[in-house]
Amino acid sequence: MGVEGIGARVVRKEDKRFITGKGRYVDDIKLQGMTHAHFIRSPHAHAKVKGIDSSAALKMPGVVAVLTGQQIVDDKVGNLICGWAITSKDGSPMKMGAWPAMAPETVRFVGQAVAVVIAESKNLARDAAEAVVVNYEELPAVADVQAAIKSGAPQLHPEAPGNQVYDWVIGDEGATDAAFAKAANVVKLDVTNNRLAPNAMEPRAAIADYDSAEEHFTLYTTSQNPHVARLVLSAFYNIAPEHKLRVIAPDVGGGFGSKIFIYPEEMVALWASKKVGRPVKWTGDRTEAFLTDAHGRDHVTHAEMAFDANNKITGLKVKTYANFGAYMSLFSSSVPTYLYATLLSGQYNIPAIHAEVVGVYTNTTPVDAYRGAGRPEASYLIERLMETAARQLKVDPAALRRTNFITQFPHQTPVIMAYDTGDFNASLDAAMKAIDYAGFAGRKAKAKADGKLRGIGVSCYIEACGIAPSKAVGSLGAGVGLWESAEVRVNPVGTIEILTGSHSHGQGHETTFCQLVAERLGVPISQVSIVHGDTDKVQFGMGTYGSRSAAVGLTAILKAMEKMESKAKKIAAHALEASEGDIVIENGEFKVAGTDKAIAFPMVALAAYTAHNLPDGMEPGLKESAFYDPTNFTFPAGTYICELEVDSGTGKTSFVNFVAADDFGRLINPMIVEGQVHGGLAQGIGQALLEHAIYDANGQPVTASFMDYAMPRADDLPSFNLSHTTTLCPGNPLGIKGCGEAGAIGASAAVINAITDAIGKNNLEMPATPDRVWRTIHAA
Amino acid sequence: MYQTIYHRASTVDEAISLFGKSSEAKFLAGGQTLLPVMKQRLASPSDLIDLGKIKELQGVELSGDVLTIKAGTTYFDIMQSADVKKAIPAIAYLTSVLGDPAVRYRGTIGGSIANNDPAADYPAALLALGATVKTNKRSIAAENFFQGLFTTALEDGEIITAVSFPVPAKAGYEKMRHPASRFALTGVFVAQTKSGEVRVAATGASQSGVMRVPAIEAALKANWSPAAIDSVSISASNLLADIHGTAEYRANLIKVMAQRAVTAAG
Repeated sequence: MGVEGIGARVVRKEDKRFITGKGRYVDDIKLQGMTHAHFIRSPHAHAKVKGIDSSAALKMPGVVAVLTGQQIVDDKVGNLICGWAITSKDGSPMKMGAWPAMAPETVRFVGQAVAVVIAESKNLARDAAEAVVVNYEELPAVADVQAAIKSGAPQLHPEAPGNQVYDWVIGDEGATDAAFAKAANVVKLDVTNNRLAPNAMEPRAAIADYDSAEEHFTLYTTSQNPHVARLVLSAFYNIAPEHKLRVIAPDVGGGFGSKIFIYPEEMVALWASKKVGRPVKWTGDRTEAFLTDAHGRDHVTHAEMAFDANNKITGLKVKTYANFGAYMSLFSSSVPTYLYATLLSGQYNIPAIHAEVVGVYTNTTPVDAYRGAGRPEASYLIERLMETAARQLKVDPAALRRTNFITQFPHQTPVIMAYDTGDFNASLDAAMKAIDYAGFAGRKAKAKADGKLRGIGVSCYIEACGIAPSKAVGSLGAGVGLWESAEVRVNPVGTIEILTGSHSHGQGHETTFCQLVAERLGVPISQVSIVHGDTDKVQFGMGTYGSRSAAVGLTAILKAMEKMESKAKKIAAHALEASEGDIVIENGEFKVAGTDKAIAFPMVALAAYTAHNLPDGMEPGLKESAFYDPTNFTFPAGTYICELEVDSGTGKTSFVNFVAADDFGRLINPMIVEGQVHGGLAQGIGQALLEHAIYDANGQPVTASFMDYAMPRADDLPSFNLSHTTTLCPGNPLGIKGCGEAGAIGASAAVINAITDAIGKNNLEMPATPDRVWRTIHAA
Repeated sequence: MYQTIYHRASTVDEAISLFGKSSEAKFLAGGQTLLPVMKQRLASPSDLIDLGKIKELQGVELSGDVLTIKAGTTYFDIMQSADVKKAIPAIAYLTSVLGDPAVRYRGTIGGSIANNDPAADYPAALLALGATVKTNKRSIAAENFFQGLFTTALEDGEIITAVSFPVPAKAGYEKMRHPASRFALTGVFVAQTKSGEVRVAATGASQSGVMRVPAIEAALKANWSPAAIDSVSISASNLLADIHGTAEYRANLIKVMAQRAVTAAG
């Protein structure tokens, strides 16, 4: 692998600038003549906007403009779109209400913008915003998904009667009913998957700059996918044609899905910069992030699993209500359908599955993809069901899983997914060994003697990522293709620029992508730079989410590298007077195999650009590009086991051990992979123990700051014990599966299974706060 | 509109004089509550009078059976103080679990008790130890100083200069941390004075702020042991309830934290 090649624990190139404060984020950018935006947001969960009086604000110092929702509608800026069409079981398309960038008539969640103040400074804009009088007529609101579907509930959108967006089904209902009719045992479970606020470290921000002479916009924005942002802003929001709109996503401080979407603030900044004729900057604060960044999860589910007399699963029935909030965010419709129900087979051989998902509007912040996006909800449900089944059937939870594991690949599940490869026994074995599963009973008995409640919880997750074959997602309703593009530019001196449509916002692409080049050419990674995040530099890209950058983005780079190497070999062969087929690349040199004849890579590059002595008919230069469309999803899988103790006096959980055995296929940089797993586990454990975005019955957010919303901190988490088992992904040449979301997908079930084991009661919702655990322990 | 004039006072007298000249002045101690509230525009004092550089408000003194902590001493300096650790280690411990390192470097004991947040840690220590709050005008017993949520006996323009604690025979503090804010979800300070009196105070629990817990005091007076609290019944009525803890849970925590505080006190 070489010291910097694939598999090496290379220190991250980008960290020097991040840890010395030299990162360049959107808020660090200052343009000549820049103005500042402050949004006026609804304090009501549901209200009519009867009037906006900005006359006093317009007279205040430094105020450039006050712009309203009616103006943005009048200017024909498009409503926000949802990019994945879902069809209900009755054949009708999903029912969407209109979402203008600022509300002209009706607000439907606390924090929805109704107007914006543009001023010379952020504080002057804030001051003036307080002088804008918005006259609201309050309407009844509903925040809870089950309350919203009751008859007589407040209605959000006339387009969606009963607040229902869709009622979607997957699987074979008849076959599933038949399996239940013959079942020896049926296990039932009701589960709530708690709503989460994503909380990237850097809040969202945007700067829009309109050049009237060129009729051209530049947008600096905190995006995970700047090309997708340009496409949507151009094709659907009528901002400008694509060649008149440059989108730059510079250093971005975390996304977790929340920065996939194109939000109203970016649209307003672009529109306003043209209106006021000056650049407009908006940087959100933490409260705005809690109110307006798309939330995650928020499902209420009833599930039943049928078993035969040998404890083999014969069927699974699931009904889920998914809370979408007040509007359909960009990819929201796909999250509780194709990213959730297609994973309901878990790691298990389940002959018949039927799932129904009802999407529901409520007067809350819109919900969309958040780290794992649908797969954590599926994995949590299945792994809680398996644990419940083991308790009900009185068998060891690990043994029950083993009895039902899929062991033959490829495996077609009844819910679309075709698992390509895996070894679920291997990861379960590794995790059980790491935690000394066999010794647990003794440890539990000893803890009991010391007055402690000790529990162990297993979670065997699988996910589908590396999304995805464009043809497949297109047939399921996606509005975009999910390939990736790359370009390899070799400079005349032999340094290399890799242009990628992936976007790094914490993933370490500037290191891992260089490692592929080091692996193939044997050049140091210091001679390679990664260019991303600018639509003027990179031709196109689909961005980074769904653990897709290594499996899809890096494969695109590989394809472009192969083309470049092929041309470079021709040049080398010509220079060395050898046959192209005899040229091998070693340690930065192109050699004639079996001889000492060689030419260094920089000399090949120079030859390409001097063009003094190229093979006949060859174009000068050394630059190649490729698009790569995967042939399947990838299927990372693994086992997490958690051992913990519960303090029966306070209900507080303390970790004893947490082991993870993941199969991510080939690892590019194990150190970065471990960091990804650590972060994912922290978010999964955060969901299990701490995090919950709560609304009161009137739709008022209760957790809009870190004083109330409990983010996991280092001392809330155990020291993780990680390991890997490996089956290479057959779907891409590098054998990569992806590692970005696994921790968040698998961790929460392990924690809840362990707590419920410790306290001897199976029903416990997330987050398992000390209060909730204590009340469960002491409930009659 | 939100302009504030910042003043740095060198002496208590200067601070009081500056206060008298302003229409809506606020004293600034560690700023751990006031500054966030100002950033949220929920407070907009005309003048901020910084007490942080006043030398006479800094330091810890141990004189016989009285430990005196000057009002401007930071949490960090209190938890590091050899005198505090020697005389009342429970105060050093309480301070070490107060907030997080950033808060402990800036926050002061005077600022904490003047704010009297119902979930702050120090009010429990003052009340259980029978401390005396000293101001530029007078001495106020802790019993009389704390007067409900965010309310104290302080008059307009009055500055806390020090808190003096009688050194107890035994003292201990335990709290359940609020998972988000790290204030006390409920914290209990237990103390046995050198004359044998038992005093127990709970913070984070009551709707009226820090409070004595007479039932636990009586049980511990009869038998200074965690087991003595087993049979005590704590009513959940008038206790705080929020998304992190029901009133019943807080009632339970008063008992459990008291038992653990007794164990810690020895």
